Amino acid sequence: MSDRLLRALDRLSRVRGVRGSMYVAAEDGLAVAQLLMEDVNGRALAAFAASMARKVSGAAAATGAGRVRFVQMQAAQGVLLVAIGSRDVLVAVLADPGVNVGLARLEMMRAAELALT
Amino acid sequence: MSTTTVVEGWTEQPLVRFVGQASARLVLVMTPAGQVLAQHGFAKAVDLMSAAALGAAIMASSGALAQQVGERAFAALYHAGQRHGIHLAGCETPRGRLVVLTVFGKETSIGLVQVFFEEFVAALRAAAPVEQERRPILAANFENELNSSLASLFRR
Repeated sequence: MSDRLLRALDRLSRVRGVRGSMYVAAEDGLAVAQLLMEDVNGRALAAFAASMARKVSGAAAATGAGRVRFVQMQAAQGVLLVAIGSRDVLVAVLADPGVNVGLARLEMMRAAELALT
Repeated sequence: MSTTTVVEGWTEQPLVRFVGQASARLVLVMTPAGQVLAQHGFAKAVDLMSAAALGAAIMASSGALAQQVGERAFAALYHAGQRHGIHLAGCETPRGRLVVLTVFGKETSIGLVQVFFEEFVAALRAAAPVEQERRPILAANFENELNSSLASLFRR
């Protein structure tokens, strides 16, 4: 199982601009598997990605927008992307501002589906 | 209303910040012997005393277990409950070793608590006065120390 997850993260890391990717336990905000550059704080990334996913999902539910599948947070120094694959597992990516979000999203949704199988 | 009260003033600012950042419901800062330095969220002295005694006992017993498997001590313990999580961890400060018990609900996560706990420990280390080494509590002084701490914490 973890080999498959790491292979999926390896594919994600090949997207230009991706600095780190990880599977995160949605409820706990803890990393399940990760592939990160040295300067990326994995513990913080996992915790905040899960927190953001929870809050955005809550907002979507409150406004009748339905289930959230993907979250993109654009900041000056980088991009945080979260794919919500199931109730239990998220795929989070930290990338440079110029990352190809479409390509990253495609790989993230694949990775998220992989976690379900 | 949830309140933060402290026996030693240097703990207040780091504790208030930690409570806000981690969205903790209850926090207890104590010595490994169970002497309370600061608390957030406890309404009754008896609850505080029980939590301090149990937290200190858990740390002591898990420390003994750690030694049996070749570890010096477990850094932190986490209990996931249905409605609450409990994070119990020790840290070294210039005032000696402290134990922090954190109880949190579904509005936050163990991941966030861990992240902000690291900042809390750094803030405690920075704020702790170095010159005042903690005195060991003797049995003869124990009740006075306890009553004094509870009076400070619950403003009696």
